[in-house]
Amino acid sequence: MTNLATRNLKAASLWAFIVLIFVLVPVLSTSSYQVNLACHVLIWSLFAVSFNMLWGVTGMLSLGQALYYGLGAYSVGLMVDHLGRQWYLPAMGLGVLAAAALALLLGLLVIRVGGVYFTMLTLAFAQLGWQITFKWYDFTGGDDGIQGIIPPGILESGTVYYYFVLAVVMLSIWVLKRMAFSPFGLVLRCVQQNPDRVRFLGRRVRRNQLRVYVISSLFSALAGSLMAGVDGSIHTDMLFWTTSGEVILMSVLGGINQFFGPFVGATVIILIEDLVGARTEYWSLIIGIIIMVIVLVFPKGVVGEAMRAKSLLTRTGAGR
Amino acid sequence: MTPMLQLDAVDKAFGGLRVTSNVSFSVMPGEISAIIGPNGAGKTTLFNQITGHLLCDRGAILFQGENLVGKPPRQIVARGIGRAFQIASIFPDETVLDNIRVACLSKLGETRKYWRHVADFKRATDEAHAILDSLGLDGQSERPAFELAHGDQKLLDIGIALALKPKLLLLDEPTAGMSPDERQQTRELIKQLWKSYDLTLVFIEHDMDMVFGIAQVVRVLQQGALLAEGTPEEIRANKQVITAYLGEDF
Amino acid sequence: MDASFLLTQFISGLTMATLLFLVASGLTLIFGVGNVFNFAHGSFYMLGAYFGYQFVSVWSTNFWIALLLSGVCVGLFGMLAEFAFLRRIYGRANEGGFQILLTYAFILIIDDLVKLTWGAEYKSLPRPAGFGGAIQLGDIFIPTYNLLIIAIGMIVVVAAWWVLSHTRPGQVARAAAVDREIVSVLGVNVPMTMTLVFGIATALGGMAGALAAPLRTVTPGAGIEVIIDSLIVVVLGGMGNFWGAWFGALLIGEVNAFAVAVVPQWATLFSFLVMVVVLIFKPEGLFAARKVRKV
Ligand SMILES: Nc1ncnc2c1ncn2[C@@H]1O[C@H](COP(=O)(O)OP(=O)(O)OP(=O)(O)O)[C@@H](O)[C@H]1O
Ligand SMILES: [Mg+2]
Repeated sequence: MTNLATRNLKAASLWAFIVLIFVLVPVLSTSSYQVNLACHVLIWSLFAVSFNMLWGVTGMLSLGQALYYGLGAYSVGLMVDHLGRQWYLPAMGLGVLAAAALALLLGLLVIRVGGVYFTMLTLAFAQLGWQITFKWYDFTGGDDGIQGIIPPGILESGTVYYYFVLAVVMLSIWVLKRMAFSPFGLVLRCVQQNPDRVRFLGRRVRRNQLRVYVISSLFSALAGSLMAGVDGSIHTDMLFWTTSGEVILMSVLGGINQFFGPFVGATVIILIEDLVGARTEYWSLIIGIIIMVIVLVFPKGVVGEAMRAKSLLTRTGAGR
Repeated sequence: MTPMLQLDAVDKAFGGLRVTSNVSFSVMPGEISAIIGPNGAGKTTLFNQITGHLLCDRGAILFQGENLVGKPPRQIVARGIGRAFQIASIFPDETVLDNIRVACLSKLGETRKYWRHVADFKRATDEAHAILDSLGLDGQSERPAFELAHGDQKLLDIGIALALKPKLLLLDEPTAGMSPDERQQTRELIKQLWKSYDLTLVFIEHDMDMVFGIAQVVRVLQQGALLAEGTPEEIRANKQVITAYLGEDF
Repeated sequence: MDASFLLTQFISGLTMATLLFLVASGLTLIFGVGNVFNFAHGSFYMLGAYFGYQFVSVWSTNFWIALLLSGVCVGLFGMLAEFAFLRRIYGRANEGGFQILLTYAFILIIDDLVKLTWGAEYKSLPRPAGFGGAIQLGDIFIPTYNLLIIAIGMIVVVAAWWVLSHTRPGQVARAAAVDREIVSVLGVNVPMTMTLVFGIATALGGMAGALAAPLRTVTPGAGIEVIIDSLIVVVLGGMGNFWGAWFGALLIGEVNAFAVAVVPQWATLFSFLVMVVVLIFKPEGLFAARKVRKV
């Protein structure tokens, strides 16, 4: 029991520490650019953590989560653009609901076939969504994207919006974490490791896969809808397959077998992108090489390798 | 008394190969029985048919009077048939405790709880510990399952089945790959489980000490057909079985 | 809707189908034999187009030799990719995901290598001598180059059929597509077979790229469009099924050609529609070679 209590305490203090750092960003930062960067880190973290519920936890590699991310962003963008700023928050809610509905529908279609089919079909449908957004110029603004999306009321201030993002992201990640370690989360991990045995526990494998697909998509949409207000503009690139690819990269880089791996991965990638991305034309070459190195040499990711090193150290320590 | 399980002229063929043919027998409630037969006789296939992993080509399988043919494994397990597999079927990355706990949660209908930590589900956790205790695995409950020794993984598989509170438990070669010592222990353990969990138990085994030591009824399968059925003594004396399977010097 | 319109669109659909088939058949072959999904297959197609451009437009090589060389070069590239990288992750836990990641990395790297070598601007390729014109059929004109592509496609189909049914490597490949274990029993060097299959498949894709280059513009980033079209083809036909890929390509090629003529902007929607219908009624594909592996 004390063991459990100390573990809870440790987890809670880690949380408090992370939150504290993010709370202090606007206070310590020297420019609004840094606050903006922190906003990106937070939103991508939520996106990556919700994606990892699918892949790391349940073993379903979706290459199409950009669809829901974009859906969240565009529902905010379009409603604010067409109906006015006061629709900003309702649009976020609607975007999330729409994503859940779409995920349910597509999920029924793509989860019936497993393995690489799932991956490829999620990619195909996401690209379809991108094409529609891209070509339906009259409605979505096509390649121009949507500009001037300004959050309403006090949220208009960059700092206030930052704290809004921080609150929503931390709350969402907390909810996802609770889920990951609940009985539902345990069943999902079991589905990944031994689906046949799960069936023989009397549980439906695909039903559970559908549930987590909807949940993950809904939080991806939430991340997208938050992003709409960060830079005030959105673009069809948010739906493009490279966005889905990037979130996968964040997850593997951080480590897909740890809940916080994708969080760390997102942070690292956003910071690298900020340092390097602006300075080189050949960004995708660098990303490609990074992926290769991770896949071939460090498949457990940053957090996973760190944990392994730690357990190796403590083990040799105990041996003495 | 209605039988717990009744097979009626059950068939299964893969392509042209008939793996089980015209198998009929009844298992009485509370019975502990063995199925023996040479490699490839169709023993595992028979289990697969009972648990819905394979569809019967012909025949009926009645569990407490209800026909199971055509039902998916998920529904069959819900009716009270548990099974441990020839190759231990466990969740390798989960802890030993969670392997059992997920089954307990499933049985208690609590797998759709999204909020509380699994450790806070007291009833499931206590049940899981009780099962681990009866298997002698409680000391390893926090280890990931893949770290367990081969024999312990097989026990864990049995534990998962037990957690679902089956009326009928099917064990596929529970002592396969164990050392003689481990076999001895497992034999005693299975007998104990049979008694304390009030089970009807059917096991497949190649280990004759186990078969003749604890089974009340022995059934011999050869090339998919039921060659003989009887008490251990009857089987030991059966000429056909001796020539076909046991060998003269047994 | 008169007959000449139908014929024109039919020929254009057949052209597209041929190109699609060349790519998709390689994709399905790799999957069938090695259970590898080569997400970068479209990028090998694109690479073929650039090699074609290099040989023909820069070094003024004869078109036919250039076509062959493009295929060979891309095939070598493919074999290298398989031998040096993909091979290292076979059999690893979660292999499917890592395969896709690794081939995703190939896409990114090939995209940028192409940009580094040839620049980001559009390239184009002239049609080969003798195939610049069109033949007249009643009141319509059919470009001879399209007919050429269709003919080459047919030759490849027949050749592939012959290899698959009459040679030992072909039989091994077919056996592997049905049951992988059987192959090692046959005493075949499985890793080498896989490298070879990868080479042949990517060479087919590269050739398709070079063939298509005079019809379409050559740009970096073309790989992803191609892979999605081929993916739809493969889903339609059943993963790992050679003839399924042929049928799927035909279907998608024609659906596209007619959709482009009727509702040009939304043409792609129709291939998706076809795929959705197939997914609902026959999720394992129209000609599934074997049951789809469950997640
Ligand atoms: N899915 C399948 N497809 C084709 N043949 C199969 C399949 N499953 C089993 N067989 C064949 O059926 C026969 C019986 O197999 P089964 O596993 O039932 O034997 P067993 O009696 O359990 O043998 P063992 O003692 O080795 O476990 C074997 O010849 C096997 O090759
Ligand atoms: Mg067996």
